[in-house]
Amino acid sequence: MAARLQVNPIACCGHGVCAELLPELISLDEWGYPVIDKRPVPPGLWRSAKRAVTDCPALALRLAPDGSGGRS
Amino acid sequence: MITAPVRTGISRLLPADGQSHADLDTHLTRLGPVPYQDQPGALIRQVREAGLTGRGGAAFPVHRKLEAVAAARTGRPVVVGNAAEGEPASRKDATLLLMAPHLVLDGLQLAAEAVGATRAILYVREDLRTRTRLEIHVSERFARGLDRVAVEVVSAPARFLAGQESALASAVSGAAALPRFTPPRVFERGVDRRPTLVQNVETLAHVALIARYGPAWFRGAGPPDEPGTMLCTLHHASGQVMVAETAIGTPLASLVDVSQATAVLAGGYHGTWIPAAQAPGLAFSNASLRPLGASTGAGVLAALPANRCGLTETARIARYLAAESAGQCGPCRSGLPSIAAGLAELAGLTGRRPRPSVVADLGRWSGLVDGRGACHHPDGTVRLVRSALQVFATEVGRHQQGRCSAPLGRPFLPAGPGTATRTGRR
Repeated sequence: MAARLQVNPIACCGHGVCAELLPELISLDEWGYPVIDKRPVPPGLWRSAKRAVTDCPALALRLAPDGSGGRS
Repeated sequence: MITAPVRTGISRLLPADGQSHADLDTHLTRLGPVPYQDQPGALIRQVREAGLTGRGGAAFPVHRKLEAVAAARTGRPVVVGNAAEGEPASRKDATLLLMAPHLVLDGLQLAAEAVGATRAILYVREDLRTRTRLEIHVSERFARGLDRVAVEVVSAPARFLAGQESALASAVSGAAALPRFTPPRVFERGVDRRPTLVQNVETLAHVALIARYGPAWFRGAGPPDEPGTMLCTLHHASGQVMVAETAIGTPLASLVDVSQATAVLAGGYHGTWIPAAQAPGLAFSNASLRPLGASTGAGVLAALPANRCGLTETARIARYLAAESAGQCGPCRSGLPSIAAGLAELAGLTGRRPRPSVVADLGRWSGLVDGRGACHHPDGTVRLVRSALQVFATEVGRHQQGRCSAPLGRPFLPAGPGTATRTGRR
């Protein structure tokens, strides 16, 4: 199943852990907040994506299955 | 009190004679009691056929919200009439509540009936006199047995985002008026986690008329794809501010005199600057404004006089919008002040010649905040800023040389607590 990374911008504190774990899909803007690639997470990056989600200190990152109605 | 002279054009919501219809007997003589439908789905069907869209700015189809709240199974619904009117340049909601409050209160009852609500709330920008007056109207109606659902009047903080749906739901629930990250949407879980219908008060007034006169009557004004009338707040180049009711699709140039203007701001502070030279070909409708990236929004139209600098005006508005960020989302909290500071530098408000890189900085920051908030505050702010950089491009060039073609420093548009409540002629 395809899924995309989604950040809750209110919860996000800009720790930057996600960008370290998943530089392929996440970069940090000049204020330290994640800029997320909105394309579906490629299968090869699933493990890193899941790790980025679980390791986010603010629990602000999630993998939203396509069609789940969540916003990107 | 935020009121303005009322100019009469087509008169559905605002009395043609300019006299207030706030008196209940006057209202009942003119329009009779609340036309309750006593039939499930009847009002929603009429509103759908009328093609009514929300008048709070987003122009969302009203029947779809009604349907969603009526179908929600997350508790007994709540209806809220939204008169937060956080937009400093808008006065139409305050004017409507002053001139025809019972039309709004009729619409609130009808919306409550349509969705099966057990609570009805009027959420009004904090202003002691407005609130007291509305509470008197509400108790008079209830005493006379006109209202089936008791109406609570709740004060909205005088903040730009107070009327944003999720912020409203939070404020009415007793918490701070801050937007939240959705889902759940307000129609599923809003006030006290109950399904909540939020409609702008003007929208409710239209509902009250559609219930009386029907969809065909409603469609007697405005184009078929955007039917009806709309209240707008007109800022003329002369400095005069008026609230007018107009059929959607009216030529823009018949609403504000563009001959004295360099540009027109359409839609408010999350809106778009349009060069005055383009205005004569445009109508006040989303169909006409959309190709320019603009919309009717909540009905604000401002004609910028030639002796004022659009960059300076936008810089002041951007500073205000940055201060009005809820501060919850990093990109908005960090980016909007950067954008405001960059614009202030470009406008010459810092007293230094702008750095050559500032225009590129503004473009980059705009890209970085767009779409990255829980609400649309960053998106709306950069829409305004981008349109200013485009429409006032010649002026940008002059400012980079340390010059300004319209150095009259007095603000034209209200952009702060001190200027938001000015009345009448300036």
